[in-house]
Amino acid sequence: MKKPKVPRFKKKELKIPRIKNGTVIDHISEGNAVNVLHILGIPKKSSSVVSVAMNVKSKMGKKDIVKVENRELHPNEVNKIALIAPKATINIISDYSVKKKYRVKIPDEMVGIIKCSNPTCISNSKNEPIESRFKIISRDPPRIKCYYCEREPEDLSERII
Amino acid sequence: MNFKGKDIISIKDFSKKDINQILSYAKKMLPYAKGEKTTEIMKGKVLSSLFFEPSTRTRLSFESAMNRLSGRIIGFSDPSGTSQKKGESLADTIKMADAYSDLIVIRHPQEGAARLAAEFAESPVLNAGDGAGRHPTQCLLDLFTILIEKNKIENNNIVLVGDLKYGRTVHSLAYALSLFGTDLTFVSPKNLKMPKEVISECKDLGVEPVQTSNLDKTIKKADVLYVTRIQKERFPDAEEYNKVVGSYQINNELLKNAKKKLTIMHPLPRVTEIHPEVDKTNHARYFEQAFNGVPVRMALLSLVSGVKL
Repeated sequence: MKKPKVPRFKKKELKIPRIKNGTVIDHISEGNAVNVLHILGIPKKSSSVVSVAMNVKSKMGKKDIVKVENRELHPNEVNKIALIAPKATINIISDYSVKKKYRVKIPDEMVGIIKCSNPTCISNSKNEPIESRFKIISRDPPRIKCYYCEREPEDLSERII
Repeated sequence: MNFKGKDIISIKDFSKKDINQILSYAKKMLPYAKGEKTTEIMKGKVLSSLFFEPSTRTRLSFESAMNRLSGRIIGFSDPSGTSQKKGESLADTIKMADAYSDLIVIRHPQEGAARLAAEFAESPVLNAGDGAGRHPTQCLLDLFTILIEKNKIENNNIVLVGDLKYGRTVHSLAYALSLFGTDLTFVSPKNLKMPKEVISECKDLGVEPVQTSNLDKTIKKADVLYVTRIQKERFPDAEEYNKVVGSYQINNELLKNAKKKLTIMHPLPRVTEIHPEVDKTNHARYFEQAFNGVPVRMALLSLVSGVKL
């Protein structure tokens, strides 16, 4: 009996369906999709339809993907994602095609997006008219330090405001 | 560096060259700090001395420094009588002090307070210690003491001993000494070791500190022994504390093995970590070190005000 013919090139299968309009956040370091959802306020602060794929095999190891329909990200959200997934790419989708694609980049300074881990840091005083402020030490792996007390928070994903 | 109008918040804001500039200017201030010469370079200038936390040496030496330069001082040494107790923000207190004076010195229990003060003040702000954080003028006077005693900071074997985990002065001192490439040894009980971040900062600057808990062996090679207090509250029980504290006490018996020219420093106040019998030896320099706060702070007040001797 003849063996069935196997096509030489198998078309790449998508783990989650394409979206018509919205944003695809790709190359999220494995396991961090949940943190990305938290940053985007999903599901509490957003009603967008969201698809998530985790531990997807890729050329650079495993990754997570988040697709958010009918929504573009705010620069502050992108900065926060950069902190927990420095290799992530943001793809803006319009009518099923990629309109714009860029890699996240941690800015030199972050204001009001991370809470200092030092409870006695002046930036944690509710009485003072200031926002938290962090300076970058290294981009990958992401390391930042508080502008006020110079302390380096360890678990960044837990410190995101 | 042109220091005019600059804030003095953290030693990390300055390069080795900047630090050398401050220290050599502080040397020029020595006869004025001792009262052997007089100067009026700060006449007409007003310093706000805002001590939200108690302090003896830092406050007195800042005030002495300003007086020796013929400037005047306003301020408080206890915040209980101020609007802070009524709930006023530090930012508002600073804006007020800024309007009343030409310079601000601040000590505050919260880390980062001096940086905040600098943001809200037009005048230069000098950090006199913020919580467990930075104390740059202490670091500078420590460096100045080594410079005066040894004629140079480089090529000395400097041993930091005591509570290296929580000790405020030793962290920035280890960083600053690494800028000068000195040999560093850290001696502490196991539960009070120098934090990893500080070690990696030293390494980034090309210095590989030696870490040990054995003071006896270390003292033989030391040129400078910088002693800090081990606090009782860092230990789970009194017995444990007594055991550790005894093995880190500096006394004449221990010093038999030391180099003749060993310099012993301590940021003070000391309790039992240096036996009073050591005070009479040629090694003891901690009171000179406390005095050195005056010329160093005179140099800083003068430099940030843009007036020179």
